Amino acid sequence: MASNMLAPENRSGFAFLLTDTGGKVMLAILLFAVIIVPVFNLWVPETSPFHLSTFFVGLFGKYLTFALLALSVDLIWGYCGILSLGHGAFFALGGYAMGMYMMRQIGDRGVYGNPNVPDFMVFLNWPELPWYWYGFDNFGFAMLMVIVVPGILAFVFGWFAFRSRVSGVYLSIITQALTYAMMLAFFRNDMGFGGNNGLTDFKDLLGFNLATDGMRITLFMLSGVAVALGYVLCRYIVSSKLGRVLVAIRDSESRTRFMGYRVEYYQLFVFTISAMLAGVAGALYVPQVGIINPSEFLPANSIEIVIWVAIGGRGSLYGAVLGGVLVNYAKSYLTGAFPEVWLYALGALFIFSTIFFPKGIVGSVTAFNVKHSVGGSIAGLLQRIVNRMRQNLKGA
Amino acid sequence: MLVLAILLGGITAATTGAQAGEFEDALASLAKAKTKGKIAAINVIAASGDERAADALTAFLGGNLYFRKADKKILVAEKSGAVYVLTDPLTSKEIGQSKKSKIKKIRVNNRLRKLLRGVLGGLTLLAKDPDKRRAAADAVFKSRALSAIPVLEQAIEREQVAGVKERLVMARAAIALDKSNIEAERLAAIATLAAFAVPEVRSLLGSIANSKASEAVRAAAANALVDIESRLAFWNGVGNVFQGISLGSVLLLAAVGLAITFGVMGVINMAHGELVMIGAYTTFMVQEVFRNYFPEAFDWSILVAIPAAFLVAGAFGIAIERGVIRYLYGRPLETLLATWGLSLILQQLMRTIFGPTNQEVGNPSWMSGAVEVTGGLVLTYNRMWIIAFSLMVLISLVIVLKKTAFGLQMRAVTQNRAMASSMGIRTGLIDALTFGLGSGIAGMAGVAISQIDNVSPNLGQNYIIDSFMVVVFGGVGNLWGTLVGAFSLGIVNKFMEPFTGTVLAKIFVLVAIILFIQKRPRGLFALKGRAVEN
Repeated sequence: MASNMLAPENRSGFAFLLTDTGGKVMLAILLFAVIIVPVFNLWVPETSPFHLSTFFVGLFGKYLTFALLALSVDLIWGYCGILSLGHGAFFALGGYAMGMYMMRQIGDRGVYGNPNVPDFMVFLNWPELPWYWYGFDNFGFAMLMVIVVPGILAFVFGWFAFRSRVSGVYLSIITQALTYAMMLAFFRNDMGFGGNNGLTDFKDLLGFNLATDGMRITLFMLSGVAVALGYVLCRYIVSSKLGRVLVAIRDSESRTRFMGYRVEYYQLFVFTISAMLAGVAGALYVPQVGIINPSEFLPANSIEIVIWVAIGGRGSLYGAVLGGVLVNYAKSYLTGAFPEVWLYALGALFIFSTIFFPKGIVGSVTAFNVKHSVGGSIAGLLQRIVNRMRQNLKGA
Repeated sequence: MLVLAILLGGITAATTGAQAGEFEDALASLAKAKTKGKIAAINVIAASGDERAADALTAFLGGNLYFRKADKKILVAEKSGAVYVLTDPLTSKEIGQSKKSKIKKIRVNNRLRKLLRGVLGGLTLLAKDPDKRRAAADAVFKSRALSAIPVLEQAIEREQVAGVKERLVMARAAIALDKSNIEAERLAAIATLAAFAVPEVRSLLGSIANSKASEAVRAAAANALVDIESRLAFWNGVGNVFQGISLGSVLLLAAVGLAITFGVMGVINMAHGELVMIGAYTTFMVQEVFRNYFPEAFDWSILVAIPAAFLVAGAFGIAIERGVIRYLYGRPLETLLATWGLSLILQQLMRTIFGPTNQEVGNPSWMSGAVEVTGGLVLTYNRMWIIAFSLMVLISLVIVLKKTAFGLQMRAVTQNRAMASSMGIRTGLIDALTFGLGSGIAGMAGVAISQIDNVSPNLGQNYIIDSFMVVVFGGVGNLWGTLVGAFSLGIVNKFMEPFTGTVLAKIFVLVAIILFIQKRPRGLFALKGRAVEN
């Protein structure tokens, strides 16, 4: 939010990035990671303490797709005030599009060895592909669908919702109903997306074997690049004139409408873009984890995305990226080390972050830096927390 | 009927003039009779209508009927170690023990066994228990055994319970239709059967209509079939409405608490489902206490569980309001996230304490069972109780809101917090109590849901989205909206299920609500005026 206020008028080219300190730091870290991780994974011998395991690369590749997903949610929630509790649906749709392409890549190497249809359709006695699977043999078409399918769903849904001025909590609840309905639908075998088991047993992508170290590194790098590009796109949108209207809508929807802006068009635009970003994130996620199934549509997953953004810092974009990576790293660590504790921790995180850290890590650090220009102390941070608690108590 | 009676000759003759004394004589005659004599005796015993007949004949069939060599007295003997325990079939009392050598078995051969089985099937038609008589009538309907006619006639004559009598008449007509050769009798039977709109009659008439019977019989069967089909369709519709109301009442219970916390207070409580779950677990705990300490009063444990669940869930609700939600008033989206976090914690807490598996919650006896209204329409008692309970909860809530001081203060705080506060209302306390009330109702919903669903830590998750849909559909802040919303969603769901299946019906309803909200963003019964903009 702070960086947004500082954005000067009438700039051209990539000048919008220059004033964005946090963004520059984040992009630098991303660039560094994209270059350095392959080096430490592929060229540093395994005996060396500096070697990064392929497992680690796969894990962080996955976190990066989550970061992109968090970015897409921050774009609409942080800058337009649309709290979507159904963004997991767009993520999963992108993932399914990618999964369908990879299913077609399997060809006759499946368990039943049928070159015409995937294994699960053989199992269901379907002699040929349903029409909506046509074209997914083609990589270009599949990638187009990764963007177009979530985009169309978001557009149609948003067109109905925003046109009738469904906003705030109501919108949140119906987006949740949307992903819930999608989940129920994809669980059905008759849908032709593998039902309960989803799509899995992928072999390769564009002819490259998915199981190799080289492919994992490539996917990691692609995810890193996608986050960077996604970030630049989002930053471009929010620093533009359109972005300022979005912030105006977030802060006071009715007032913006009274000033003559067609609020619903702005909301629709940014919602659709955000769904497309989520779709891309899903498409990058699926080859890295090797499976896509209807549980990705779970309403709980979609709410979790929101908490990544809230923890990282809503309305800063790089905060969302930070939150996506950090929370998921904590999740991997805690579910491994203390499986009982993770849900308690996640629950506490929700409560703690909303009550004490409404601005997230980024917001708190920024505020902290403003107060203590050089360094500062932990005590200062604690003081802030206590103050905030007092304010909240007074407010209530 | 007359022709049938002649067909059945001897047996029918034996049924008339049955006296109590006959039973004893016939039984005694078994001791020395040959097969032919035994057949006659069995027929007499069966036709006597004596209460002891079934037991004696069952013993005979099982090879447990003996007579004492000394005085030819008939006995039921069961081997117990080296000796036989003797029972008098006339008094059903134990009369001591005997060695094998003192008694002799009354032999039973295959011909007798067949006769005994047929006769016994008919005998239960005369049993004391109406449910048994009814089951026997249905069994006769299925078997359509000609030999059952005499007992059936007798049973119809004696029968006092209307429901059972209907079944008996139905069975008799079915036998006549199936077995008679006389067209007039068959037509009369069809006319009788046409009055019963049940699936069994439909399939019988269907097979007759397609059989090689005479033109007139087939036409009559086809006509009756059309009539029955239409009545069955009607009852099927009534059944759907009942199922829908039943589903709606569960939704209503789950949503009515939400209508308070979300509708009146404007708090998005994503942990609402978990409060329902806490209510269900409270029911489980109360039942455990009853099982261990007062097993004889187990049937009434649910009456203790209802207030207990209200208090426990209400206490949780007040704790949640004081601990978390009050810091987040006016920030609905943050409230949503924080309460979602709470729901995760509560679920995991239950998993830690009770384990992730389903807990066994029993139905009290007065809630189990069902009443069959007419053909194929079965209303289960627990569903009916839940419908009644949901309405009672709603009505008491309306009374609390409209007629009590607390309700007045609650509405005052909702409408104008500052003004209410300056009038001396302790708004913080009212907030906590209101939230506690909504949560307590969620807990009571948990008691009802524990009777029809699995009690597990995930219980709440199954209801939360549906409950929000009900409240949003019905209109926020309006209890009648919640009522209409819950019942219409339930009924629409159940009417769609036969065509689309459960899952698709649910999806369609969700999509329909999503579209409906576009049309009326504030629900079916929207609040008008300034309150809308807040």
